[in-house]
Amino acid sequence: MEDVMNLKKETLQKIDEVIPRYPEKRSAVLPLLHLVQEDQGFVSRDATEWIAEKLGLKPINVWELVRFYPMLRDKPVGKKVVRVCRTLSCALQGSYKTCKTLRDAFDCKLDGNSPDGAVTVEFAECLASCHTAPVVMVDDDLHEHVDEEKAKKIAGEILNGQPKQGGSA
Amino acid sequence: MNDDKKQELITVYVDDREVRVPPGTNMIEAAAKAGIEVPHYCYHPKLSVAGNCRMCMVELGMPEKDRATGKPVLDNEGNQKVMWIPKPAIACATKAMPGIRIKTKSDLARSCQEGVMEFLLVNHPLDCPICDQAGECRLQEFATDYGRGYSRFVEEKNVKPKRTLLGPRVMLDDERCILCSRCVRFCQEIADDDVLGFVDRGSYTTLTCYPGKQLENNYSLNTVDICPVGALTSTDFRFKMRPWFLRETHSICTESSVGVNTVVSSREGKIHRITPRRNDEVNDTWMADSGRELYKQVEAKHRLLKAVVDSFETDNVGGAIREAADLLKGERKIAFVGSGRSSVEEQFLFKKLADQAGARLTALVGRVAEGDGLLISADRNPNVRGALVTGLINELPEAELSDLEDAIDKEEIDTVVAYNEDLSAAGISEQQLAKVTIIYVGTHFNETSARARVVLPASTVFEKNGSFINQQYRLQKFLQAVPGRAEGQDDRRILAGMLAEFGVLVSPEIDDVWAEMSETIETFRDIGFMKIPSTGLLLDPPSHLRDLRYPEGGSLHYEPAKEEASVT
Amino acid sequence: MSAKERRIILKNIDQHGYGNDIDTYLEHGGYEIWKKALQRKPEELREEVKRSGVRGRGGAGFPAGMKWSFLDFKSGKPVYLVCNADESEPGTFKDRQIIYKDPHQLIEGMLISAYAITAKLAFIYIRGEFPDGARILERAIEEARSKNFLGKDILGTGFSCEIHVHRGAGAYICGEETGLIESLEGKRPYPRIKPPYFPAALGLYMCPTIVNNVETLCNVKHIAEMGGEEYAKIGRPGNTGTRIWCVSGHVRKPGYYEFEGGALTLGELIYDICGGLHPGRKLKAVIPGGSSMKILRADERFKGTDREGNNFDFALEDLILDFDGIAVSGSLSGSGGIIVMDDTTDMVDALANVSAFYAHESCGQCTPCREGSLWLKKILHRMSHGQARLEDVDLLKSVADQIPGRTICALGEAAAWPVQSYVAKFRDEFIAKAENQAAGRTNGDGGISDRVQLV
Repeated sequence: MEDVMNLKKETLQKIDEVIPRYPEKRSAVLPLLHLVQEDQGFVSRDATEWIAEKLGLKPINVWELVRFYPMLRDKPVGKKVVRVCRTLSCALQGSYKTCKTLRDAFDCKLDGNSPDGAVTVEFAECLASCHTAPVVMVDDDLHEHVDEEKAKKIAGEILNGQPKQGGSA
Repeated sequence: MNDDKKQELITVYVDDREVRVPPGTNMIEAAAKAGIEVPHYCYHPKLSVAGNCRMCMVELGMPEKDRATGKPVLDNEGNQKVMWIPKPAIACATKAMPGIRIKTKSDLARSCQEGVMEFLLVNHPLDCPICDQAGECRLQEFATDYGRGYSRFVEEKNVKPKRTLLGPRVMLDDERCILCSRCVRFCQEIADDDVLGFVDRGSYTTLTCYPGKQLENNYSLNTVDICPVGALTSTDFRFKMRPWFLRETHSICTESSVGVNTVVSSREGKIHRITPRRNDEVNDTWMADSGRELYKQVEAKHRLLKAVVDSFETDNVGGAIREAADLLKGERKIAFVGSGRSSVEEQFLFKKLADQAGARLTALVGRVAEGDGLLISADRNPNVRGALVTGLINELPEAELSDLEDAIDKEEIDTVVAYNEDLSAAGISEQQLAKVTIIYVGTHFNETSARARVVLPASTVFEKNGSFINQQYRLQKFLQAVPGRAEGQDDRRILAGMLAEFGVLVSPEIDDVWAEMSETIETFRDIGFMKIPSTGLLLDPPSHLRDLRYPEGGSLHYEPAKEEASVT
Repeated sequence: MSAKERRIILKNIDQHGYGNDIDTYLEHGGYEIWKKALQRKPEELREEVKRSGVRGRGGAGFPAGMKWSFLDFKSGKPVYLVCNADESEPGTFKDRQIIYKDPHQLIEGMLISAYAITAKLAFIYIRGEFPDGARILERAIEEARSKNFLGKDILGTGFSCEIHVHRGAGAYICGEETGLIESLEGKRPYPRIKPPYFPAALGLYMCPTIVNNVETLCNVKHIAEMGGEEYAKIGRPGNTGTRIWCVSGHVRKPGYYEFEGGALTLGELIYDICGGLHPGRKLKAVIPGGSSMKILRADERFKGTDREGNNFDFALEDLILDFDGIAVSGSLSGSGGIIVMDDTTDMVDALANVSAFYAHESCGQCTPCREGSLWLKKILHRMSHGQARLEDVDLLKSVADQIPGRTICALGEAAAWPVQSYVAKFRDEFIAKAENQAAGRTNGDGGISDRVQLV
């Protein structure tokens, strides 16, 4: 099964590190889902079953989570995932326009991928940076005060393949 | 003992009605005991409390106590003061404590019930006319009792998967599902087959099986029973019959010695389904899927419907009985092979007949297989204990009739009366069968009936009254659900008819059989058929029967007797 | 930093040269309080927290010391501490500052708390949208472990304690403490019914568990330092200590500000601290404690009698900033997230935005929240998109009234309170929208120019 999964060595190592942290194995399911998704981009059916097996669970126990949490994906998405905060404080500062600008830039439908599948633009609910609204996350990086102009700039950087690291990584 | 138990009860109040219950009883059950129904969907007495449907919200009052002294605070008239909590409470998760009160019909309770009812209906399809659950749908029932009567919802309803086959026997309509999680909890807590779950969230939450898996365990149809709406339906029963046309008869499942209590639903002499009947000492509210199929034996192709004498079918059952009795008279060396599937009454009469005919050997065919630890025990005969109590046998039966084989080989037996048992299936070879004269009484054709000189058609469990003794030594009765298909003869009449040929006059009426049994069998003293409660009667068998090494392992509500350290 | 501010939790945050590494923290006296706490008895520390009167900063404002006092020590089961770092109430972003900029303060606060409640294992449940935050905390934990501030036999005292970071994955419901516990157990984060599942007795793995907010746990460090009685002198009785207020929306200087309880009014915060509104704009409404709290209208007056029996008559600007000060308005200060709206805001659209959030975040477990929140969202979405009906105004209220108090967790209130309060306080605007749309006038924008799309 590990062959089917083809996980990176580091991922497997992290998985083995994280499980013993919990008094009950089942608690490791969310961390494992994060690790597998970071490794493979999404959580496949195989991955769901592999994680279940690893933690002594039934596949449905894992599947229920994959399909509950918006950050977990059961289908492949773009290499870049752009998430625009939709919630009140950001909306008041124009995040709907920000989102439209980004979608137009990549020619993708809401919650959908760009035609080449490289970029996914979607709305997210409150990202807890309301004072710097509107905010956008490009993968793990937070971009603040993303008005139309800044949105175009971010889009340009992604399209040119040199994404600027926005966050404090 | 009863008095002791009574002292443990506490008093609670439901709509000002006083009711005494054990402490910790949940208030839905307490209300039921007071004769008041608290409407609910997710609560099920045999599953964990989920508290998600919110239909059972009630107003909750606690007896007021002085904080310092802990003594009850009284009002001017000397009555205990009650502190009514402004927030409604769910009755299912509210446990009985001394003096606790609930109101199920107050303005707040009504408002909660109506609110939940409206919410449950907003995304529910209005397809009652074509819904299989109609007539036994809690949503329909409570909509009448607590509904607004019109819809204020003008938005588009959620769209979810319809007609999903969850497994071979269960169909799912997600739009009808109210997400009560009873089926999910059943699979986890009772069936130990965790395949169902919820995906997505909020109002879009959807019940599903893990992709590629099926709900196919042998208890899957219980999810259909407990589904309060038409989300889960039985592929077997679906669209066959409106439930309000069905006549319900209490019966006992013959699948094993567990003796699952059942309801047989029929219309105009045709059985449409079997469902479990609650018995908290036996099967709770559950039964295996396989047991529900057994009604099909009534109309099975190989059903015996007519008497047969020397390979000729005859309508003259009386004549056939005479022929059979004649074969037992004279210098015959006879064996009687009885059945663990026969009722207590039949086993009693069969034993009596064996005595009259001077049987050299009586036997029973054992049926032991692996139990499932739940509601199918290792002993697949429903009534071996009946055969023991009636004295038809004195030891536990074997699957193979080796004594009979020996006796036939040694020509110590030349005639066999087989009662609902196929001798060849019990190890008697073709050559051995060829050496003996066979009388067969039974419900279906088989190798034995094919070789019998006389065949007498008998009734299935659904076509007669009777009783079984289950693995707990619980005497349980079953009632006739449909008229017998075999020409007017039920088993007791056949046996009584044969006894009459020996000059022994017994009434085949069940009460009369019981009158004799209660007189002659100590274990049955003072018992009559009518006296057997619908949940059965625990017997006190003699110690030599208690000490036998029964094949059953543990199952729901049954623990086998521990091996006693016999050396002292 | 404004002169009125009193920074205790935020003291070092945003100060020039203050990094989030342990060396910086140690230079600023880090872990000294932990070392001292280890010399004291756990029950003494619990007593200090009780005496401090500190109220939980996550939203409900429940006294933390009292919460701790409910712990079932008699069960003999292990005790767990969980830090709720799921910061998810819209309008709130204070915990983010602490986690990203001063993680060791949180870890020190957690260690003291864990010791006080005799927990040997603690978790930080951090929202999935803080991936860097999780990494920063992981690193901080490693740094603390390397100095033996946590781990086995801490500083030779015999006390051992582990802290692990556990990431969420985008679910508001995980901010609810029992939903969080279920999530941490690896299940769908369905909040538990209470009774019987109060975390202090039947929490994580059915063991006694304390779930505290990030800011609350940081406060424990300062309570341990100054003693409960000293701490209780900060702020007003019942509103002790400082609070971090998060201001967003239509103000010129949105941000996070820390004040003593009751030190200033809402008006001072908006106009003096946050620079007031943008030129030419007028204040229309304020949400005082995260988007789930009841909205306040700019021209409302709040009358009543306070605990001491004094009559008061407050304008919105006069509301005193602390738990009790905001509560006189009939709303609550919740998580401290203040969202300001000026006169460009279409209130129907704003409510539609808020309702979309709660419908999206309803876990779906219990009926009133699950069905009610989506129904409200659908009505409001329709109203915002040109199909408002006059009867919708009363329908919204009636549907919302069927939710609060009847759900498993407080998400029911969160979904209903905004609807109840917007409709009650801006009823004219809702009616105007329906009438304008019925008459085919514009999109029923109620005459608001520069209307920003909110939904």
